[in-house]
Formats: sequence, C-alpha cells, structure tokens
Amino acid sequence: MIQIVNTVKRFDGFAALDGVSLSVPAGSVYGLVGPNGAGKSTLLRCLTGVYRQDEGELCIDGEPVWENEALKSRIAAIADDWYYFPQASIRDMCRFYRGFYPNFSMERYEKLKEVFQIDERRPLRRLSKGMQKQAAFWLTLSAMPDYLVLDEPVDGLDPVMRRQVWSLVLGDVSQRGTTVLVSSHNLRELEDVCDHVGILDHGKVLLERSLAQLQDNMVKLQVVFQDGGGVPEDLEVLHASHVGRIHTLIMRMNAAEAQNRLAVYEPMLVDAVPLTLEEIFIYELGGADYAVKDIVL
Amino acid sequence: MISLNYRDSRPIYEQIKDGLRKLIVTGAIGTDEKLPSVRSLATQLSINPNTIQRAYNELEGEGYIYSVPGKGSFATGDPDADTSRRKELWERARELVAELRYLGVSQEELRSLLEEETPGGFPAGGKREETV
Repeated sequence: MIQIVNTVKRFDGFAALDGVSLSVPAGSVYGLVGPNGAGKSTLLRCLTGVYRQDEGELCIDGEPVWENEALKSRIAAIADDWYYFPQASIRDMCRFYRGFYPNFSMERYEKLKEVFQIDERRPLRRLSKGMQKQAAFWLTLSAMPDYLVLDEPVDGLDPVMRRQVWSLVLGDVSQRGTTVLVSSHNLRELEDVCDHVGILDHGKVLLERSLAQLQDNMVKLQVVFQDGGGVPEDLEVLHASHVGRIHTLIMRMNAAEAQNRLAVYEPMLVDAVPLTLEEIFIYELGGADYAVKDIVL
Repeated sequence: MISLNYRDSRPIYEQIKDGLRKLIVTGAIGTDEKLPSVRSLATQLSINPNTIQRAYNELEGEGYIYSVPGKGSFATGDPDADTSRRKELWERARELVAELRYLGVSQEELRSLLEEETPGGFPAGGKREETV
C-alpha cells in the first residue's frame, strides 16, 4: 500500500507538489492523470526516492521511502527519461539490476527474451527510443518488483508492443498482486488497465476515486423535454449544454437514478450514456478553469 | 472469444459481462463448463483483473454462473437465471416491434419471423411469456 500525505516539493520557491495526499491500495493499478505540469512526474520521482520531499510523508507499506534501501529493492520504476550506462548492453544492465534487486529472476529474463526479441548484446545507445523502452520493461519485469512505478510507460511503443507490455504487467498484477502506479495521458488505455484513478492539477489532487465509482456516479444524458422546454430549475446538474432541442446533461448519480429523476418531467426522449474517463477528466478540470479555448488562428 | 469494442459507450466490465452471457445463452459455454480464469482473461485482453472480477461477480449475482473456491467459475445452465434481464429484453423486443411497424413491416411478416426463429415452439408453461 502506498500512502502519500500532504507532500510538498518546491523548486526555487515554485511548489510543484502543493500538499498532495493519495493512497494506492495494495494489488491495484492506479492511474495518475493531469494536465502538463501538474506534478505527476515530480510525485513519481519523490515516491521512488529520486527527490526528497520538503514536507509531508511518502510511505510504502508504512515505511518512508527516502534512503530506504530494503524498501527500494522492492520498487521498480520506468522513468520518462530512463538512464543506461554509456556503452552498456541489455546483458550488462541485467548484471547491474541483479546487484540491486535480490528478487531478480533470470528465468523470467530468459522468458522475456522471446517477447522482446532484441539482441541483448547490442549497446543500448544504438537502439531506437521504442526499443530502449522495451528494454526498460524487460529489465523491470525481470526484477520481480512488488511495486511498479511507471511514468508515461507506453509512449513510443508500437500498438502491438503496448498491448504486449500491458498484458505482461496485468498478468503480474493478477498473479503476484503487484501494485502499479502509472501516469499517462492516454485515458482510453488507462480506462482498461486501471481500477483507481487520481487527477492531479497544480500540485494538488483534484479527485481520487475507484473507476467503478467514477462510472457509477456520473452519467451523461441526452434529453428532449416536452414542448421544447429547457432544463428544469430544480434539477441538480453538473454541466448542461444543448444543441437545438436536445439537451446534454451531466449528473452526479447512476443511470437508473437519473432516469427516474427525469421521468417526473415526462421528457420525450431520455438516453443515458456512461461517461468515459476522458469526459470525466475534461468536465472535472473544466470546473477548475482548464478547458479547451475557442481560439482561431 | 470476447472482443472488446473501444468505440462502444458501455463500460468494459459490461462488455465482458454481455460477451460471456452471450456465450452462455448460445450454448458456446455449456452447462457446468468452466469459464476462462480471471487471470487468463486479464492477460489475454490486457484488462485490469478487478474489472473482470466485477463482471464475474455480477454474472454470478444474476445466476448465469457459479464459482467454486479454488477451482474457478462455471456456467449454471439455468434458463430461469435472471428475471430482470428477461424484463429488459422484453422491453427491447417491444421497441424493435414498434420500429419495425413504423417501417411498414406487416403483422404476418412478424409472425412468420417468430415461427422461423422458434422451430420447436416455446417450452410449455408459458415461462417466456412475461407479462409486463
């Protein structure tokens, strides 16, 4: 279980993290989303012990992460700017990883060789960006971590490889109960792999929910009212817009509840559609003054 | 065996639920036959195992499957599995008939469709004739 309490991290007076609190239950896949510059990567770097937080606590299984070697040998991370030694091949890096991770499994390393099909003797700097990322997954998964911290993990991977690495990661989650914390902008993909989501904005957590809760607690409705009427005043909606007579309402309740609630007004048409994660992201941040602006160049 | 449609507005767990239910009602998964394990579906579809577990739990609640601890989930093979689902489908059939009539399909044509699709007739007892 990862527990982050009121964490603050400042760079020259600028608070990249401004009191972040979130908790990742053991065995879950937690998706961290947020606009650019929200502090996602900073948070992940604090959590892996690269940065030391100025205030607050970052604990994994109740222990602070900073300079905790025993704990860190159970955490593996793929950063967005990974580092390999100059001249090193995957084989060389494998030796380095084995020195750091006591659980490193050679058996797994050999098995994954067939998946990735990269020549393990070639220097990593001569591989393409996508192949270097594949190598990162190869080494990280072989380390058999209990906690996996991934920063934009599938950027630069081709569609087949994306699917492949998610399949491997999720297999690990269901088999060994690995806890995964992943930041990404690909919300469509996160929706499949995550069971918890946190939205970060301006160094603060805007919302933290399980995906099932998110999907059950928000609904999009398309409604046409009798005689072309507008949205009744006493209806509590989060967001309303209309095109002609068709009103689109976002309501904070489940679909059945919303339909019952609307039945009172005897609308001509009610159609409930579950919200996608992308829509939730846009509506939640729209409330926080971050929306697509209508600017024509 | 289950395909997910990323343009579908239904949540993933519902797509899995509907997919498995279809396999069960069409007989592709027979009575007491084992369903794929949560783990194998999770890796095969690259979907969070908890999402799949949720679909299984709901199918179990509806009576389509039962689970044996340590062994996995199995199809019940019970035609009376779910009354609420029956109600829902009944409602949908009404909508379809209404739309077909709007498009000028005659009563005879509908009747012959019904006969075509149920060659053996309905089972006795009028179980499937829900009165809503």
